[in-house]
Amino acid sequence: MSLLELLGYFNYWVFAIVLSIGLYTVIAKVNLVKKLIGLSIFQSAVFLMYITMDKVEGGTAPIIQKGMENQVFSNPLPQVLILTAIVVGVSTLALGLAIVVRINESYGTIEEDEILDAD
Amino acid sequence: MIIVFALFLLSLLVVTALAIVRTENLFVAVMLTSIFSLLMAANFFILDAADVALTEAAVGAGVTTVIFLGALALTAEREKYAAGGGRVAVVVVAILAALIIYATFDKPRLGDPDAPVHQHLAPWYLEKTPELVDIPNVVTAVLGSFRGYDTLGEVFVVFVACIGVLFILGVQPEHKLPPTASISAGLKHHLIPQVVGRLLIPFIILFGLYVQFHGEYGPGGGFQAGALIATGIILYALLEGEEEALRAIPRSVLMGLVIGGACLYGGVGLLCILLGGNFLDYSVLAADPVTGQQVGILLIEAGVGMAVCGALLSIFHAFAARTIRP
Repeated sequence: MSLLELLGYFNYWVFAIVLSIGLYTVIAKVNLVKKLIGLSIFQSAVFLMYITMDKVEGGTAPIIQKGMENQVFSNPLPQVLILTAIVVGVSTLALGLAIVVRINESYGTIEEDEILDAD
Repeated sequence: MIIVFALFLLSLLVVTALAIVRTENLFVAVMLTSIFSLLMAANFFILDAADVALTEAAVGAGVTTVIFLGALALTAEREKYAAGGGRVAVVVVAILAALIIYATFDKPRLGDPDAPVHQHLAPWYLEKTPELVDIPNVVTAVLGSFRGYDTLGEVFVVFVACIGVLFILGVQPEHKLPPTASISAGLKHHLIPQVVGRLLIPFIILFGLYVQFHGEYGPGGGFQAGALIATGIILYALLEGEEEALRAIPRSVLMGLVIGGACLYGGVGLLCILLGGNFLDYSVLAADPVTGQQVGILLIEAGVGMAVCGALLSIFHAFAARTIRP
């Protein structure tokens, strides 16, 4: 396998590593805001995987120009899925943060183990 | 050359993610998240996803950061201790990463035109869009028309999340607002942010409107425009204080935007049924099916823009208006 072929997988490797970093933050950190940051990193990694799949060699963004023949376009479908997912992601993140704010008001802390001790 | 640049950006992405996990200061972590989003947007752009890059830059680097900061102001700025789940978590996560990397060798390599994902639906969309919808941006055509159900669902998710945040954080009646706290005074006494911000805000909103109405021809559409306009108004709130921003656009108008946007989208769908078509089949909206599709997409994009802008601003105000309670 040549070096260039190996580099074709580099995006997927970055996806795997960033995904793992996000997952690590969610399971290992006890601070609730940090957990949510980890969740959004995890989410971004999934976005990266989808968008990586849409690329076609020599392609361009799927915007059709009149009078141009034989254009190669990248796949529009993953882009549509991820575009909406990003906006939904920020809304659900806000919902999570709102719950964290209320937890802080009730328990005076956002560290998970202290909350469990208080219960 | 572009490959080298992509490798550089992807490596920076990993480094930033590691830095986010390692830092104990949550404020630093949030700022790094903003940089992470910007790098991600650049990567999306290199991968030909212009629409997605625009969304990620506006939402990820802009609005998300502000919402995180709003939450940090109400909680704590530092983690109490960095100690995590320790070695077990590291081992589990490392095994997962190794497994995924092993699995990627079965995936088609980047840009392979023969990959299964490019074989079935995508060519159909690319081929039929000029004929059935006749707008240049295929992403907008798929988003608004071919997969309109999907987008309707997403708009309702944003709507529900916005209502959820308002329920959880509570909305104070407008006449009982607490006396101006130091946070809500904004940056009134700082000259440079004032001058720069006042120059930028009209152009941000103008660009948002351009993205909204040019979404059929170039990258853009309701989701991006809603986020951009919300960013402009959030900047105004940061500069002039939250009360000034609420005086310019009161909460009732924001709620009207959210509800109106969602209803406009659903209403267009119902109108299609009344005119004898299927739900969200815009062909019946005009005498010519192609024109009908274009009218439908214009209307639902307007609905999406209103709903997203209103929802993001309501969420921002919900965080900003909450004062720290003992």
